[in-house]
Amino acid sequence: MKKNLPLCSPISPRAREIICIILFVAVLPFLTDALLGRGWVRIVDFAMLYIMLALGLNIVVGYAGLLDLGYIAFYAVGAYCYALTSSPHLALAYPLLFPDGLHLSFLIVLPLAALLAGGFGILLGAPTLRLRGDYLAIVTLGFGEIVRIFMNNLNAPVNLTNGPQGISMIDPVRIAGVSLNTTQQVFGFSLPSVHLYFYLFAGFTAVVVFVSHRLEKSRIGRAWMAIREDEVAASAMGINTRNLKLLAFAMGAMFGGVSGTLFAGFQGFVSPESFSLMESIMVLCMVVLGGMGNIYGVILGGMTLALLPEVLRHSIVPLQQAMFGRTLIDPESLRMLLFGTALIGVMLFRPAGLWPSRVRRRELATDEAEQ
Amino acid sequence: MSKLATLLELSCVGKQFGGLSALKDVSLHIKRGEIYGLIGPNGAGKTTLFNIITGLYQLSSGEFNFNGDSYQTTKSHLLAQAGIARTFQNIRLFSHLTALENVMIGRHAKTHAGVFGALLRDKTTRSEELDSTNRARDLLRYVGISKPSQTLAKNLSYGEQRRLEIARALATEPLLLALDEPAAGMNATETESLKALLQNIRATGITVMLIEHDVKLIMGLCDRVAVLDYGKKIAEGVPDEVRQNPAVIAAYLGAEDE
Repeated sequence: MKKNLPLCSPISPRAREIICIILFVAVLPFLTDALLGRGWVRIVDFAMLYIMLALGLNIVVGYAGLLDLGYIAFYAVGAYCYALTSSPHLALAYPLLFPDGLHLSFLIVLPLAALLAGGFGILLGAPTLRLRGDYLAIVTLGFGEIVRIFMNNLNAPVNLTNGPQGISMIDPVRIAGVSLNTTQQVFGFSLPSVHLYFYLFAGFTAVVVFVSHRLEKSRIGRAWMAIREDEVAASAMGINTRNLKLLAFAMGAMFGGVSGTLFAGFQGFVSPESFSLMESIMVLCMVVLGGMGNIYGVILGGMTLALLPEVLRHSIVPLQQAMFGRTLIDPESLRMLLFGTALIGVMLFRPAGLWPSRVRRRELATDEAEQ
Repeated sequence: MSKLATLLELSCVGKQFGGLSALKDVSLHIKRGEIYGLIGPNGAGKTTLFNIITGLYQLSSGEFNFNGDSYQTTKSHLLAQAGIARTFQNIRLFSHLTALENVMIGRHAKTHAGVFGALLRDKTTRSEELDSTNRARDLLRYVGISKPSQTLAKNLSYGEQRRLEIARALATEPLLLALDEPAAGMNATETESLKALLQNIRATGITVMLIEHDVKLIMGLCDRVAVLDYGKKIAEGVPDEVRQNPAVIAAYLGAEDE
């Protein structure tokens, strides 16, 4: 197909698409800032982290069909990895061992955190290889809780996580000597911290999308989907289901770890509260609501569910104030109500998700061209 | 690789499920290039034996030799890599994937691209992928499934699903193709075309083993037939011989009072 394109054509439609997306992403923080205010740029930043998480979970749940209810644990591993190595916590807890703390560079911690999270993924995967469906869900749920409870209690006898108080004063992300916590001047544009983080997260999201996309359309991706569809038949095709399931857990966990590292650097503070079961369920909902197995669906799901509570927070209270003169329902509980309703609605009317996988238009075209 | 005349050899194979012994001392050998039939009344242990041959069950006792290698423990994916491909009695396709993808998954053991290959999509990976696609398309044409890249496996007709399973099994480039009741639920015309397909497959040098209830198909197709009853092999030989065997007649029709 590609060879048939005339070489003199300035840019292919695909390249044009990508350029459009890049331009859109480039102006998005400025647009948000101008229209909605700086706080919203921060909200969009968080939405990006959720999208990364959802894409990671999509590998495990969407491709390999392994229901994981403890996914947030890998996010926690990444976050605590960065928090420990880049905050004064170690210096405060062990002044003799680490007089100045470690304060490792972000670019060193990131791959380490990804690998550590991947290791945790295998740790979770190995004992659950024979489990399916409900049983797997329960074990992964337990794993997620174990990690959270460890974070909550590991302040004694060795103070590793500082317990429920969490770790604060985490170094901001610093790349090539540029701290993302300060406003930077680039080509005459003044880029505040949230904008810088936005671009950083956008870059990582792009990498995650790229990796997901490449994996989906590969021998590995097909093997994952074969396991999802029928494990017995998959192994009868010569697929080593054990290794491929572990690989899916590890890959998904790595994305979670990367996202967690970014979260810790961005927020500057981590505590076990951020890694509750509710968060795992939230990320799973993003995957299911958007469309399991479809990258764009998952992005849509992540975006929707990450922004929805904020939209509510900013619209419901003023709305109620205007209508009743006081706040009757607080947005937090309304959020759960709408969340549940939305899920039921999606399951009833679009059981495959808002944007299901298998949009086959392109493939249809190739088949017909062949005939 | 040695070209032994015997491809698969089972000696004194037994299988126990708890206290129940499903197979007792079954010995059989399948020769390279033949079509071997396995028949027997319901509950005779055919499927158990079949599942042992394809690695789904472990044998409790006895020896398992395939293509000159002896296996102590049999694992499904290892046997598939060694050259035993199978189909299932109740069709087990990857139903939400396209027919083409189903067959491409059959290429898994013969291809090597890993995560890095998938990410970098280097020259080797690209040519491997193209080769997989082409082979899969050829196989699908061979078994007669049209428009494979736009049809989900679950939307194919029953007969096509059966043939797709065979195509998927053939994609693993097997030495032994094991079919579990391939003609189940087929009408006479479909059975005829299945027979022609299996003869074609054998002509390409692939050894075929099948379990079947359709005695006419077995007798018309197989070079040799083994009969199981109550977990034991009661007869083996060319179809005509087996048909005359009093033990076989007794197993199927019941023994006359002695």
